[in-house]
Amino acid sequence: MKGYMRLMLVAALTFFLCGEGHARDMIQIKGSDTLINLVQRLSEVYMGENPGKYISVTGGGSGTGIAALLNGKCDIADASRLMKSKEVTMALDAGITPKRVVVAIDGLSIIVNENNPVTQLTVGQIGKIFRGEITNWKEVGGDNKPITLYGRQSNSGTFDFMVEMVLKGDHSSRMRRMNGNAQIVEAVKSDGTGVGYVGVGYVKTAKGVTILKVASSTAGPYGSPLNIEDVKSGKYPVTRPLNQYVNGNPTGDVLDFIKFELSSEGQRIVEEEGFFPVSVSQEYVNFNKETIGH
Amino acid sequence: MVKRFKEKMIHGLFFFNGLLVVIVLVGIFALLVFTSVPAFMEISLKEFFTSTDWNPTSYVKSSYGIVSMLVSTFMVTVGALIIAIPLGIGTAAYLSDIASARVREIAKPVIEILAGIPSVVIGFLGIVLVGPVIAKVFGISNGLNALNGAILLAIMALPTIISISEDALGSVPKSFTEASLALGASHWQTIIKVKIPAAISGIFAACMLGMGRAVGETMTVLMATGCAPAMPRGFLDSVRTMTSTIAIELGEVPYYTTHYYALFGVGLVLFIITFTVNMVSDIVLHKYKVKVR
Repeated sequence: MKGYMRLMLVAALTFFLCGEGHARDMIQIKGSDTLINLVQRLSEVYMGENPGKYISVTGGGSGTGIAALLNGKCDIADASRLMKSKEVTMALDAGITPKRVVVAIDGLSIIVNENNPVTQLTVGQIGKIFRGEITNWKEVGGDNKPITLYGRQSNSGTFDFMVEMVLKGDHSSRMRRMNGNAQIVEAVKSDGTGVGYVGVGYVKTAKGVTILKVASSTAGPYGSPLNIEDVKSGKYPVTRPLNQYVNGNPTGDVLDFIKFELSSEGQRIVEEEGFFPVSVSQEYVNFNKETIGH
Repeated sequence: MVKRFKEKMIHGLFFFNGLLVVIVLVGIFALLVFTSVPAFMEISLKEFFTSTDWNPTSYVKSSYGIVSMLVSTFMVTVGALIIAIPLGIGTAAYLSDIASARVREIAKPVIEILAGIPSVVIGFLGIVLVGPVIAKVFGISNGLNALNGAILLAIMALPTIISISEDALGSVPKSFTEASLALGASHWQTIIKVKIPAAISGIFAACMLGMGRAVGETMTVLMATGCAPAMPRGFLDSVRTMTSTIAIELGEVPYYTTHYYALFGVGLVLFIITFTVNMVSDIVLHKYKVKVR
């Protein structure tokens, strides 16, 4: 009888410890839909190499992820934008110190129909075109034809990126709002006067469209998103960091996973998913070192 | 005794079911009203109903005017009815008076299947088929516009219009037709001058129900109209209806903000429109039933 009791106790204890251990290993990641495919790939490879570690990745948008981090519902929040100052205040009020890690660099490509003679624009011109201030191609060195705009719907992170980084204002209300990157590529392919913006991963192999070279000012130099050297040197200006937010400087399993993401293997996956590795920007490499303590 | 009890139980069950529908309807209406009221603490009714600018997430200044989306909804709906009503009544007249019994047996189920095609599939057709055709025919750069939406909505409203109009034409007493033919009227004259006027209230109700279907349709117009929020300048311009605005924005809107409440306000306006349309058609349909007897 006594032996039986002891067995029960051991069993209960084992069960308890396993349960505890399981909960501690489970990393919850939530947020940006731009990042979800990439982070899912990263976590699958990581789990494959580290049996016993569990990561759950869900989307819902950058805002959703940040909100979950503030509520303590996730360990890592994916965000294709920076936290707004209001969100930072809310975090500090909730006793959370948000720390940012840059896991990849995203570049937007500006595309036009292959029959359009325009091959390069400045960031300022792109802003004017998408704000609806330039409405004819001749104003930027093209044919005398009206410009047709194709962009994303307002629930897209890419839409926000354009608003905040390129337009510094609102999209023209005449812009057609498409459902996704692929639809924009198709529309521009069949529209001789069209211009659109899509993530770099979507157009690397696309036919029938010209990927424009872009410069930050008229003086140049113009860079192409297809040339990684241009992105590295900052010659191609339409890029954004893709971030992950954590509570305080990461430790334990979260730190281990982030280190994996930033390792050469992790960054290879980043490139396979159509993004640029963090190494294209020394600024972000240094920034990450501070956060993860290396 | 047991039988009577059972009878009562069943009676109660049906009464409860009937009541439930009313409760759900009133509940939805109350939810829409209560959730949209806070929006008008911040937005003036004047702005909401007279401004053509809708941009709640603006970089510069939020604006909440629903005029251009009201006009957009109106354009695609009216466009759809202009296409669907003549086609629908024509088909209904053909089915009820001209088609042989065999043709009718095949055609009727086929039309009903048309009603069962998911709206996302129709929207897809709008992108890959109707859009490029419109672009080519009108020589414009892109075919995602109000006309595209109107054509697709016409396809979706047709089964309702055909099926109810045909019922209406079918219940015109045979003596009407016989009298007309006996007076020497041709088949065509009989249909146009006797049968359709006799069934007009049923046909009207059919068109209103078709309209109700078109006003509330979301996925199709979201996919096929280009969704530019500007005030449309014509049928070849891109439009964004009330339904697509709600569908696009409700997924990302932070809860309990003015924008969130304003979207419910748009929903309330939409609900009132469809409710009115359905009620008018119901009243007319009811009137018609009494009249024929």
